[in-house]
Amino acid sequence: MSAILTMIGQRLALGLLTLWVVTMIIFLAVELLPGDFAQALLGQSATDETVNAIRQNLGLDKPAVERYFIWLGDVLQGDFGRSLASERQISELVGPRVYNTLFLAAYAACIAVPIALTLGILAALYRNSAYDRGVNVGALAAISSPEFFAAYILVYFFAVQNAWFPSIARLNETTTFTDRLYMLFLPAVTLTLVTMAHMMRMTRAAIINLMASPYIEMARLKGIPRGRIIVRHALPNALSPIINVVAINLAYLIVGVVVVEVVFAYPGLGQLFVDSVVKRDMPVVQASALVFAVTYILMNLSADILSILSNPRLLHPR
Amino acid sequence: MTMNDDDIILRMKGLRIEGRSEEKWHEIVHGVDLTLRRGEVLGLIGESGAGKSTIGLAAMGYARDGCRISGGEIWFDRVDLAKASTAEKRRLRGSRIAYVAQSAAAAFNPAHRLIDQYCEAPVLHGVLNRREAETAAKDLYGRLHLPDPETIGFRYPHQVSGGQLQRMMTAMAMSCRPDLIIFDEPTTALDVTTQIEVMAAIKDIVEQFNTAAIYVTHDLAVVAQMADRIMVMRYGNLVEEGETRSMIESPKQEYTSRLLSVRELSKAEAKRPEGETPILSVKRVDAAYGKAQVLYDVSFDVPKKRTVAVVGESGSGKSTTARVITGLLPPLSGHVEYNGEPLPADFKSRPKDHLRRMQMIYQMPDTALNPKHKIRDVIGRPLSFYLGLQGRKKEERIRELLSLIELEPDDYIDRMATELSGGQKQRICIARALAAEPEVILCDEVTSALDQLVGEGILKLLIKLQDELDLSYMFITHDLATVKAIADEVVVMQKGRVVEAGPKTEMFTPPHHSYTDLLLSSVPEMDPDWLDRLLAERGEQLRDRGI
Repeated sequence: MSAILTMIGQRLALGLLTLWVVTMIIFLAVELLPGDFAQALLGQSATDETVNAIRQNLGLDKPAVERYFIWLGDVLQGDFGRSLASERQISELVGPRVYNTLFLAAYAACIAVPIALTLGILAALYRNSAYDRGVNVGALAAISSPEFFAAYILVYFFAVQNAWFPSIARLNETTTFTDRLYMLFLPAVTLTLVTMAHMMRMTRAAIINLMASPYIEMARLKGIPRGRIIVRHALPNALSPIINVVAINLAYLIVGVVVVEVVFAYPGLGQLFVDSVVKRDMPVVQASALVFAVTYILMNLSADILSILSNPRLLHPR
Repeated sequence: MTMNDDDIILRMKGLRIEGRSEEKWHEIVHGVDLTLRRGEVLGLIGESGAGKSTIGLAAMGYARDGCRISGGEIWFDRVDLAKASTAEKRRLRGSRIAYVAQSAAAAFNPAHRLIDQYCEAPVLHGVLNRREAETAAKDLYGRLHLPDPETIGFRYPHQVSGGQLQRMMTAMAMSCRPDLIIFDEPTTALDVTTQIEVMAAIKDIVEQFNTAAIYVTHDLAVVAQMADRIMVMRYGNLVEEGETRSMIESPKQEYTSRLLSVRELSKAEAKRPEGETPILSVKRVDAAYGKAQVLYDVSFDVPKKRTVAVVGESGSGKSTTARVITGLLPPLSGHVEYNGEPLPADFKSRPKDHLRRMQMIYQMPDTALNPKHKIRDVIGRPLSFYLGLQGRKKEERIRELLSLIELEPDDYIDRMATELSGGQKQRICIARALAAEPEVILCDEVTSALDQLVGEGILKLLIKLQDELDLSYMFITHDLATVKAIADEVVVMQKGRVVEAGPKTEMFTPPHHSYTDLLLSSVPEMDPDWLDRLLAERGEQLRDRGI
């Protein structure tokens, strides 16, 4: 057991190290962006004096390295600073957006993961059948079409032609949980379509890969039905690659939803991110990028740890 | 039907099986007849490609992927398995016909506890409920002399040893008390000392439950202990069939006689010249993988133009010693001397010419050859790398080397490594080693993945090459027949230590170190009574010691 704890500890340490490197990259990338906030804010009326005054006021005139450490120190204490554009606390600004994005991602994941695994298992079970080919073609078609395209098709059929679901997802304080689920149905389905194919195909491939193993042959020679062989004998040994592809797709659901948020006018983190880049509101950009980075690292970390735990040799040492 | 027929549990008539290769079906079993009575053990013997495993599996109505049962009848209890539906076959498999595979480590599912895998078939076939099945499992584990029968089942496959795992699989096959069990090379992957435990356990349990069995193996001495009757197979045809005793005593076919005499190759021992510096000298080596020490104070010499066989069971440190010698694993302490000169511990700091003088041949020729390379490239590479040969000279040398290993150069030089048989591949590996013009060759279990007759051919070739090229061999093996065939001197290793070393004749004459004795006495002999006699003797010894 201690071997596993050490391994998890190492992964955690590596994750923190990665995160630290990412903070530097984020800061550097933002520094490299052309233009600056003071100029963008003042627009036509910008004179050297007014620009300098604003820069001094906001501490933008200090050297980059110094500003990096000030920023890092503040972030470590949970203070992301204030938005340059709205002067609101960034945590206030980003918090609800993160919640919205996570809600949509979780919703989409709840639909996509079970369906993808089931379809993948069935495709492995009926390998090379018409069903298998059909599912594969469908999955490829779904993954090949751009998200906005899938989104507009869904909107056309389920919001315009038949007014079953709303075409935009505007939230306010009175929106209840069930209303939310209803309003977010089309965005969630769009995301499902985009992410499902990866997971389904990996599930199928991982299982088929194991079907030639001696222990699968043994199971067949014990007279065990095919479905049970796949679910009980192949699947537990195929978990590691499946977990990894699921984690990557979950991360994508959080990080890559900008387009879908825009199509459905949903106030998520992706929208905030894009808006802030346009406004040169760097503290908000940095904070959002940091949230995305943490998501990715956390997802990969949990995939790593779950993979380790799915290996009986590590879980039950000699 | 005659009265006698009720006694027959399995009858195959004109069984034909086809295998698919290069987009075509080829027949690999050509009309075999087989009958098996209740409680009878039938040995199916032959070399790889003889179709013995395929026939064994066909007795369950099963053909591996890429194979199909193309003709004939397989009657098991009034059901023709060649024509039966999937559901019907599934009903019989595991419950009335069971299977024991060659590698228990691969055939147990790594993700589930052993007892769960035991209980699966009886519960699924409705023979027992889960609680009854667990009780039966523990009882059977006890009868198979497994340690801690009450708890061993709750371990995972990787938590028990190879020999125990093979007995666990026999127990699993017995779980529904089948009428017939197919044993597919069940002891081939085991050490000789472990093989005995497993053979004894199988023999005992099959007798207790009066189960009929088909015992598939390539080792005639093993099958002589286990079977009442033997069928010798070759190229998918029956060569000879008969009662075990009469076949061993007076084989009718020449092929059977060759199989019988395969262990009799023996090279005359050459004495070590007095006072000469050995070409290779291992001096007091300790070595470890990470924190786990695997070699303790290992010392021995390899004299010039001689063969030293390093013998021991798996895990005894034989291959690790070879890794230390080649510099792949720098030792914790001690060193290796070459012609009296100490070698740098790490191969990276050895001059290229040193690397050239010492070459290796591995156990698995399949994995030791790059499947994407032609024979020309395989042998040509060391020629350019070590000796700088190019163009015509290189081509000539490749052809010379192919003739040396007795493969016709014109036929083989442009073939892919994958197009060759196991024995031919191993010959190519030998040629590749020879290409560097080495003085010492380390052979790591070079014949153990090959059929016995093919392996014998390789040994003869190695002996011939030694005479012609003045080579020295360090020969790692677990097989004492191989030692007899090739060695001048023997080093016996156990748990990372050298327990005995000396000239071959001394090793094979008593008194031995107790471990050497155990190894020697565990090698199966052709005599059908050998196992019973040995077990009786060992039982007495244990009683004498008051155990």
